[in-house]
Amino acid sequence: MNILLKVEQLVTEIGAARVVDGVSFSIAAGETYALLGESGCGKSMTALSLMRLLPDGGRIAAGTVALADTDVRALPEYEMRSVRGGRMAMIFQEPMLALNPVMKVGDQIVEALALHRGLSGQPARDAARALLDAVGVPDPVRRLDSYPFELSGGLRQRMMIAMALAGEPHLLIADEPTTALDVTIQAQVLDVLRRLKAERGMGMLLITHDLGVVAENADRVGVMYAGELLEEGNRADFFATPQHPYSRMLFEALPRAGGNGRLATLPSQVPKLTEQLHGCRFVPRCPHAAQRCRQESPGWQTIGNQRVRCHFAGQLGDALPQATGEPVTSQPAMPAADLLRVDRLAVHFPIRRGLFQRTVGHVRAVDGVSFSIPAGHTLALVGESGCGKTTVGKALLRLVEPTAGTVQLAAEMLTERNLASLRRQAQMVFQDPYSSLNPRMRVADILLEGMDALKVGATAQRRDAVARLLKQVGLPDDAGGRYPHAFSGGQRQRIAIARALAVAPRLVICDEPTSALDVSVQAQILNLLKDLQAELGLAYLFITHNLAVVEYLAHEVAVMYLGRIVETGPAAEILRAPRHPYTQALIAAVPRLDGGMGHKTYLAGDQPSPLNPPSGCHFHPRCPHASAVCRQRYPEATQLGAQHRVHCHWVAGQPVQSPAA
Amino acid sequence: MFAYLLRRILYAIPILIGVNLLTFTLFFVVNTPDDMARLQLGAKHVTPEAIERWKVEHGYDKPLLLNREMQGSAQFTDTIFFKHSAAMFAFEFGKGDDGRDIGNEIATRMGPSLAIALPVFVIGLLVNVSFALLMVFFRATYLDLWGVVLCVVLMSISGLFYIIAGQYFIAKLWNLLPISGFADGIDAFKFVLLPVLVGVVSGIGSGARWYRTIFLEEIGKDYVRTARAKGLSEVRVLFRHVLKNGLIPILTGAVVVLPLLFMGSLITESFFGIPGLGSYTIDAIQAQDFSVVRAMVFLGAVLYIIGLILTDLSYAWADPRVRLQ
Amino acid sequence: MQPVILWTDALVFALVAAVAGLVLFIRRHEHLCAPWAGVAKRPMAMGAALVLAVFVVIGLLDSLHYRERLPDSPPDKPQYSVEVLSAFDALVGPLRTQQEKTYSAPLAMRLYAKEFVDHDGVAVREYPRLKYGGAHLESEADRRADLVRRVLLGGAQGLAIALLLLGALAAWQARCSRQSYGEWLVAFGTGGLGWPGRTVATTLALIAIMLAVVIQLASGYHVLGTDKVGQDVLYISLKSIRTGLVIGTLTTLVTLPLAIVLGIAAGYFRGWVDDVIQYVYTVLNSIPGVLLIAAAVLIVQVYIESNPELFDTAAARADIRLLALCIIMGVTSWTGLARLLRGESLKLRTLDYVEAARAFGVSHSRIIGRHIFPNVFHLVLIAIVLDFSGLVLAEAVLSYVGVGVDPGMYSWGNMINGARLELAREPVVWWQLGAAFAFMFTLVLAANLFADGVRDAFDPRVGGRR
Repeated sequence: MNILLKVEQLVTEIGAARVVDGVSFSIAAGETYALLGESGCGKSMTALSLMRLLPDGGRIAAGTVALADTDVRALPEYEMRSVRGGRMAMIFQEPMLALNPVMKVGDQIVEALALHRGLSGQPARDAARALLDAVGVPDPVRRLDSYPFELSGGLRQRMMIAMALAGEPHLLIADEPTTALDVTIQAQVLDVLRRLKAERGMGMLLITHDLGVVAENADRVGVMYAGELLEEGNRADFFATPQHPYSRMLFEALPRAGGNGRLATLPSQVPKLTEQLHGCRFVPRCPHAAQRCRQESPGWQTIGNQRVRCHFAGQLGDALPQATGEPVTSQPAMPAADLLRVDRLAVHFPIRRGLFQRTVGHVRAVDGVSFSIPAGHTLALVGESGCGKTTVGKALLRLVEPTAGTVQLAAEMLTERNLASLRRQAQMVFQDPYSSLNPRMRVADILLEGMDALKVGATAQRRDAVARLLKQVGLPDDAGGRYPHAFSGGQRQRIAIARALAVAPRLVICDEPTSALDVSVQAQILNLLKDLQAELGLAYLFITHNLAVVEYLAHEVAVMYLGRIVETGPAAEILRAPRHPYTQALIAAVPRLDGGMGHKTYLAGDQPSPLNPPSGCHFHPRCPHASAVCRQRYPEATQLGAQHRVHCHWVAGQPVQSPAA
Repeated sequence: MFAYLLRRILYAIPILIGVNLLTFTLFFVVNTPDDMARLQLGAKHVTPEAIERWKVEHGYDKPLLLNREMQGSAQFTDTIFFKHSAAMFAFEFGKGDDGRDIGNEIATRMGPSLAIALPVFVIGLLVNVSFALLMVFFRATYLDLWGVVLCVVLMSISGLFYIIAGQYFIAKLWNLLPISGFADGIDAFKFVLLPVLVGVVSGIGSGARWYRTIFLEEIGKDYVRTARAKGLSEVRVLFRHVLKNGLIPILTGAVVVLPLLFMGSLITESFFGIPGLGSYTIDAIQAQDFSVVRAMVFLGAVLYIIGLILTDLSYAWADPRVRLQ
Repeated sequence: MQPVILWTDALVFALVAAVAGLVLFIRRHEHLCAPWAGVAKRPMAMGAALVLAVFVVIGLLDSLHYRERLPDSPPDKPQYSVEVLSAFDALVGPLRTQQEKTYSAPLAMRLYAKEFVDHDGVAVREYPRLKYGGAHLESEADRRADLVRRVLLGGAQGLAIALLLLGALAAWQARCSRQSYGEWLVAFGTGGLGWPGRTVATTLALIAIMLAVVIQLASGYHVLGTDKVGQDVLYISLKSIRTGLVIGTLTTLVTLPLAIVLGIAAGYFRGWVDDVIQYVYTVLNSIPGVLLIAAAVLIVQVYIESNPELFDTAAARADIRLLALCIIMGVTSWTGLARLLRGESLKLRTLDYVEAARAFGVSHSRIIGRHIFPNVFHLVLIAIVLDFSGLVLAEAVLSYVGVGVDPGMYSWGNMINGARLELAREPVVWWQLGAAFAFMFTLVLAANLFADGVRDAFDPRVGGRR
C-alpha cells in the first residue's frame, strides 16, 4: 500500500494543555481514514497540526508528520505554504464562517488556483468552473460571481470543497464537513466527497463525531479520547467488534428504536488536559477500570486487524448489542384524552418594503399546522432547519404571536386572557444549554423564577421544591448555590429541564434539547426525559431533526416541510414505512451504521425559502414523483390508517394498501 | 434603493425640526431675548430702553410664537420663531452681530476649513490603518505590546498640547513653518502643513488602537484560517482578506464625519488663525453671537444627517451583504 | 469654623458611598468578583490604580470645604470669612498663602520680571529676590547644595516610608495566607504571589519618594514656579485635580441613568419606544457637541448672573457652574452608551433565558432587572472608565473655548488658557503650561491604563472566557 501520510507520536500543546498527546496513524492514497471522537478530544487540533495552522499559542511539541517523503514539521514556512492547499488541503465545519463574506466565491477559488497552478484570467475562470462542475454545483458560471451569503449551506460547503481541490491535493482533510448541514444535504455532500476521492485517488482524513458518517465513508477508523488515540482498525472490524470500552460506549449510547431499553451513559467527564495525567485517561468513566488502569497507561495491543490501547483488550467479550435490525416495538395506543389540540396554527411574519414600509408579503414560517398530543405521549415534530418547527413551539407558548389558528390545552381554549394557565401547564426546554441559562443567576434563583412569577405554592415551600427538583433531574444538592458556569453542557440541560418542571407542567416542549450535546451526554438527557415522562405523566412536543432520537422517544411523529405538516402518524409506522416522498428521503438520508449504502436515492437541491414557497405542493421541485397536479394544487390530506395522514398527490393516487403490510 | 434614499431624506425632516425646536427653546424660551440683551450690553447700560433698542436692532422685538397684533398668516410669520428658526430651513441665516451675512460667511469660510480638515482626515486614516496593520502583523510580540502602549500614551496627551508644542517647537524654535495664518491658492500650503501634521499626530493614539482591535477581531475568524489553509502568505492574508473585511466598519464609521469636515475644527483653526468655519464658530461663542451659533447648530445637524445617509450608502457599497430597502 | 457643603461635594460623597456599597455587594458575589480579580492580576492596571488613588485622595481632601471664622468676630455672633477653604488647603497651608508678586521660574530665588529695588538708598533695576522662594538662604550660591540636600533627604524619607509600608504589607499578607514572613517575601521577590506585588511595591515606593521630595522642596521653594499673580503653580495644579475628577465622575453619574434606562428600553421593547428614543438621540447627536454645550453653558451663565442672591460665595457660584457643566456634558453624551446598550439588549432579548422567563410570564421590569441589566453591566462599567479620561481632556478644550468651568476656578484648562499667550514672551514662561499638561497627562494615562485592564478583564470577547 502506498502510504501518503504518516503521523508519529504527534504532541500538540496550546498553552499548558496537551490537546494532542502522542498520536500516530497513517493514511494510504485512495483511503479514507476517519478520526472519531466527541467534542474536545483533540481531533480538530490533530488536523490543524498537520496543516501547521494551529491557533495563536498553539505549537507542535513533538512527533513527526511525513507527507509522502516530506517531513512537514521541518519545512520552512514559505515551503509549507506550497504544501498547504497544494498537496494537502482542508475543509472546515462551518461553511458560512469559513468563506470570506465580502469576496465572490469565484475569486476565492481562483486565488487558490493562481497560487498552486499558476492560473489567472480566463483559464483560471474555466478551471474554477470545472471545479464547480466536479462538486456538482448547478449553474456554475453564475455561481462563480455569487457571494457566500447568497448561497445555501450545501452550496457553500461544495464551494469549500472546490476551493480545496483547486491545488489538486493528494490528501484532503475534512473537519466535520457536514455537521452544520441538514441530513439531506449531508447525504449530498458526503456523496460528492466519496466520488471525488475515488476519481482522484486522494487520501482523506475525515474528522467526525458521527458513527453513521464513519460507517458510510471510512475505510479505517481511529477513535480519539482526551488527546490520545485509543483504538484503530478497519471499518468492518470496528463496527463488528469495537474493542475499547469507550468505543463500545459510543455505540451503546446511540438512541435506538424500541424505547424499552435505557441507553448506556458515561459517568463523569473528560479529564482536564492541563493536568499531569497518569494511567489510562478513560478510567474515571470506565466500568471495567481496575487498579492497574489508574497507574499504568496502556500500550497498543493487536487483536486481529485491530489495535487498541486497553489493559483488558480482548477480554471484554462481545457484549455489544446489535445496533440495527432490532424491530421497532410500537407502544399500544393508550386511550388517553388529548392534552393539546392545535388547529390550523399559522405564524406569518410581514415583509415590509418601499417608501412607507408597507407590508408587501409574508414569510409563512408556520402555515396552518394541526396536530394533537394525548396526555403522557410524545409527539416528535421533525424537519430540516428552517421548516418552522421551532416557531411552532414558540407560538404554542405565545413567545411568538400566532397569526391564526387555535390552541386548546387540557380542554381549555387559549386566548390572551388565560396565559397564566397556559404557562403553568406548558413549558419549554431550549436547544443551547449555554444561552438558555442566565450566567448571572444562581441555579436556585433560576428554578425559583417560574414559581415566583406564576405563584406556584407558598413562598416557604418553594425552597424545598428547588431541592426536590435538583434531585429529580440528578443534580447534587449544593447545585442550587452555584452559578451556571460551574456546570457542563449536560448538567446545564438538566438545570433547564428542572426549570421547566418547576411549575409542574403537563406538557413540555423540547426544542432540540440534545443537538448541542455529545452522544454520551445526549443519552443521559434522553434517559432522564423518558424517566420523567414515566414518573410524572408528562406529554412532550419533541422538536428535532434527529430521526434516531425520534425512534427512541416518540409515540407519534409529524414531519414538517416549509411550514406545513406533510405526514403524521404513529412513530413506528412512519419510520418503518414512510409514505410521503419527503419523509422517505429524510429517512434514507440518515447514514446507517451497517454502512449499507445500496442504492440510495438522494434528494436533489435545497429546501426553498419560506419567503417564496413553490406553487402547489411545496415539495414538488425536489420530488422524484412530481406530476403536473403537484405544481398546481397543494394536496389534501390522505388518510392511510387510524392516525396516519399524508399530504401527497402521488400517495393519494396509489391503490389503498393495508398499513404495514 | 431610490425608495430607501427618499425615505431617509424624509426622515431627516423631523430630525431637523427637532433640532430647530431644541435650539429655539434653548435660545429664546429658557433664555429670553431680554436676558440676551442684558448679557450683551453688560451691567452698566442696562436700562429698559437700551434693552428694547438692542432687541429692535437684532430683530428680537417680536413675540415668540404668535403675533396677536397681526392679521392672518402674519400672526405666525411675524414672530421670532418664524423669522429666526423656521427661516433656517430655507438656509436663510440672517446677519451676525457684526452685520455680515451669515450665509455668505459660511460659503467663504468652508474652503479654508476643508483645506485643513480633509487632509487630516485622509492622511490620518491612512496612517492609522497602516500603524494598526503593522501592530496586527506583529501581534503577540513586543513590537505589538509597545505599539499599544505608545498608542495609550499618545491618546492620553491633551490635544491642546500637540498644538502648543507643535507651534512652539516647529514654528517658533526651529522656524520651519509659519506659526499661524492663512493665504489663498498655492500659498496656503505652508500654512496648512503644520495644522495638518498636528491633527494627524493627535489622532494616531486612539485611531490606531481602535483599528487594531477591529483587525484583531477579523483575524480570529474562520475565513482567515481558510485563507491560510489555501497556502496564502501572511501578508497576502492580511491585505487581501483581513484588510478588506476590517475596512468596512472603519470606512463606514469614518464616512459619518465626512460632511462635518466642512465645519472645520474649532481648536485647530483658532490656534492657527485659519479663517474657517471653526474659528468663526469659536469667535461667535466667545462674543456670544447667538445668531451665528444657531446657524452653525443647524448647519451641523444638516451635515450630520447627510453623513448618516452617506454611511448607509457606503455600507451598501462596501459590503455585498447589505441591501438597502 | 463653619463647614460648607457645596453641591458637588455632596454628590462626590454620595458617589463615594455608592461605590463603597457596590464594592460590598460585589464582594459577596463570586461571579462579580472574578473579573475584578482579573484586573488585580494585571501589573499595568494595578500600578495605574495606585496613581489614581493618590489623585482621588487629594480630590476627596479638597472636597471637605469650610469657612474660617473671622478672628475679630464676637464669640456669640461669629462671622465667617467669604473665602471657602478645604481640608486640603489646611494641609498645605503655606503653599496657598506664600504668594509672590508675579512669575518666577521653578525653584527660583528671584522674580521673573525686573523691578526697581532699593539697594542702600540707590534704586537699581534688577530681578528682585523672592519673598518666600529660597528666602531661607543667605546667598544664591548655596541654592544648589540646599536643593541636593533636600532631594536626598526627601528621597531617604520616601524610601523609609516605602519600606515601612512594604513591611506592614508583608506582615498583613503573611498572616492572611498563613505563611511565614520569609516565605511571603520569597514569593514576593519571585513574583509568585498571584498578584503583581512587585509592580505595586515599586509604584508605591516611587509615589512615596516623589511625595517626600516634593514636600521637602516645597517647604523652601516654589517647586513649579509661580504664575502671573505670584501664586504657587504646584498649589494650583493640585487644586485642579478635584475639578478634573469631578468632571470625569459626576458627568458619568448624569449619563448613566439616561443611557441605561433609554438604551435598554429601546432595545428591549423595540417598536415605538425604540423609534422615539432613537429619534431623541439622533436629534441630540446631530447637534455638534461643543455648540450644544456652549449654548447651554451660556444659558446657565445668564441664570447665575441674573440671580446673584442665590450664591453667597464665589466658590458656590463657581461650583454651580461646574455642576451645570457636568450635567450638560452628561445630557449631551449619553447617546453613545445608550446605543451600545440598545444593541446589546436587542441581542439579549432573543436569548433563550429571556424567552424562558417570558414563558413563565415574568414581568418586563423583572426581566430587565434580572436578565438584561446584569448582563450589560460590564459594558456600563467599561464605558465609565473609558469615558473618564475623555472627559478630563474635554474640560481643557471647553475651558479654552470659554464654555468650560468658571474662569475663577482652579482647573488645568484655565491654567492652559491663561498661560498659552505667555509662550510668546522671551524668555518663555513654560512652567504653568508644563505643569498643567503633566498633571493632566498623568491622570489621563493612569485612567487609560486602568481602563484597559478593566476592559480586558470584563469584555468576554477579549478575555476569551465563555
